[in-house]
Amino acid sequence: MTSATDHVGETRVAIRTGPAATLRQDAWWIAPLVTVVVLGGFVLYGLWVTFINEDYYAEPYLSPFFSPCLADNCEHQTAEVVGDWWNLSPALLILPAPLGFRLTCYYYRKAYYRAFLWSPPACAVGDVRARYAGESRFPLILQNVHRVFFYLVLPFPFILLYDGIRAFDFADGFGMGVGTLVLLVNAVLLGAYTLSCHTCRHLCGGHVDSFSKSPRRYRAWQLVSFLNERHMQIAWVSLFGVALTDLYVRLVATDVIRDLRFF
Amino acid sequence: MTPRTVTMRVWRGDASGGDLKDYQVAAEEGEVVLDVLHRLQATQANDLAVRWNCKAGKCGSCSAEVNGVPRLTCMTRMNLLPPDEPITITPLRTFPVIRDLVTDVSFNYEKAKQAPAFKPRPREPDGTHRMRQQDIDRVQEFHKCIECFLCQDVCHFIRDHDDNKAAFAGPRMFVRYAELEMHPLDTNDRRQLLQDREGLGMCNITKCCTEVCPEGIHITDNAIIPLKERVVDARYDPVLWIGRKLRRRKS
Ligand code: SF4
Ligand code: SF4
Ligand code: FES
Ligand code: FES
Repeated sequence: MTSATDHVGETRVAIRTGPAATLRQDAWWIAPLVTVVVLGGFVLYGLWVTFINEDYYAEPYLSPFFSPCLADNCEHQTAEVVGDWWNLSPALLILPAPLGFRLTCYYYRKAYYRAFLWSPPACAVGDVRARYAGESRFPLILQNVHRVFFYLVLPFPFILLYDGIRAFDFADGFGMGVGTLVLLVNAVLLGAYTLSCHTCRHLCGGHVDSFSKSPRRYRAWQLVSFLNERHMQIAWVSLFGVALTDLYVRLVATDVIRDLRFF
Repeated sequence: MTPRTVTMRVWRGDASGGDLKDYQVAAEEGEVVLDVLHRLQATQANDLAVRWNCKAGKCGSCSAEVNGVPRLTCMTRMNLLPPDEPITITPLRTFPVIRDLVTDVSFNYEKAKQAPAFKPRPREPDGTHRMRQQDIDRVQEFHKCIECFLCQDVCHFIRDHDDNKAAFAGPRMFVRYAELEMHPLDTNDRRQLLQDREGLGMCNITKCCTEVCPEGIHITDNAIIPLKERVVDARYDPVLWIGRKLRRRKS
């Protein structure tokens, strides 16, 4: 009897040599290229926003990069949690949670493993590494903390929704501007991203074997599965959402544009 | 319509080596790659080894790589390929070649033997096993697998790293494990085995298996990720861990 390992080293088709070699003739490199540009662009934008540390509040709008704003040095404080000893960008206090959540997200993992780490760059295109242990060893085994990040980010959509509601509260009383709408849409998108997460799908009902015995979990699982099928799209749209919301608040704060009031 | 002539660039050889060879073959309207390979075999290369059976996308025998992409040759229509360029046909890259387009896929059968079998819970007092449709919907997706092994072929983890084969069961087997683990009657717990010996942790969810599956099984989203999440339940979730400790102390 041959065992699975006996095949190691036997002749396989020597059609390709070297990294990223393939017989594919289609433009397989477009998807990873787009990922590098868009994801890279977002990371650079996020870093810039965090470190210039100003213009993130245009009454009554607070940028999602800085929400909740917890330190005394905030342009607009959500809650007094950290005192005046904190003199770095207040975004640094909260960003690790949503950042870690996206970094360990099953979808983004796929995207950056392909686009940035080239393991593999595209299907049936050679992996660039000579040896590869996947997510079974340090450091990639740490991707399993996605569960913990899921718990940590659960409050965020609610906090952003709260920001959206506060965005009705203008200096001259109750009102609504384009910014209010932008903040609300952003909160909904982040809520959808969190709900459509694979971990959420598992915790809501995916872990159950007999759905007929847990009808409520079954319904929750069906709803989350519907969103989960669109997780990739939601991941990108909500990423753009955060960046564009910040940009909007920033442009209003720096008087580049004027916020249009509905009433 | 008159048949057109296409250049079929086919890998010819055996375990000792081989190379791509060009043939000019007629192709008629509406044909699939396997039709043209059969015409090539009938007219110019009588000794060409091709494995096939149903010609209907249901037996999983005719797997090969068409222009570098793992596919069923009987389900790949000629008119979807670039018309004026040679069409490259190679055997599955991940498995050892026997001859021409035929590879030895016994790796997959060896891995299948390692999966602990279905172990149903005891019968109900009236001697039956009862399930409802919603209990079994999820695993019925996995029953569609035709064992074409295209997913095993495309998985970079063994495609590009021969030395990983001993430690990795592969996406087709993860589909099988998911089917067993999610089965409402099954009582075996295969999570430890999956993580420690069958290489579930090695998969980096890059989804190539899903991309090539001719049965459209959502291998990564519906089988692999849910299995990874079940492993997280057992090993990496601090909240569940504390819950288990407390419950144990209470009892
Ligand atoms: S998702 Fe996992 S199993 Fe599927 S091809 Fe990629 S690494 Fe292999
Ligand atoms: S899961 Fe899909 S690709 Fe893999 S062997 Fe089954 S039918 Fe083929
Ligand atoms: S957020 Fe993408 S899988 Fe959890
Ligand atoms: S010949 Fe049966 S699947 Fe192609």
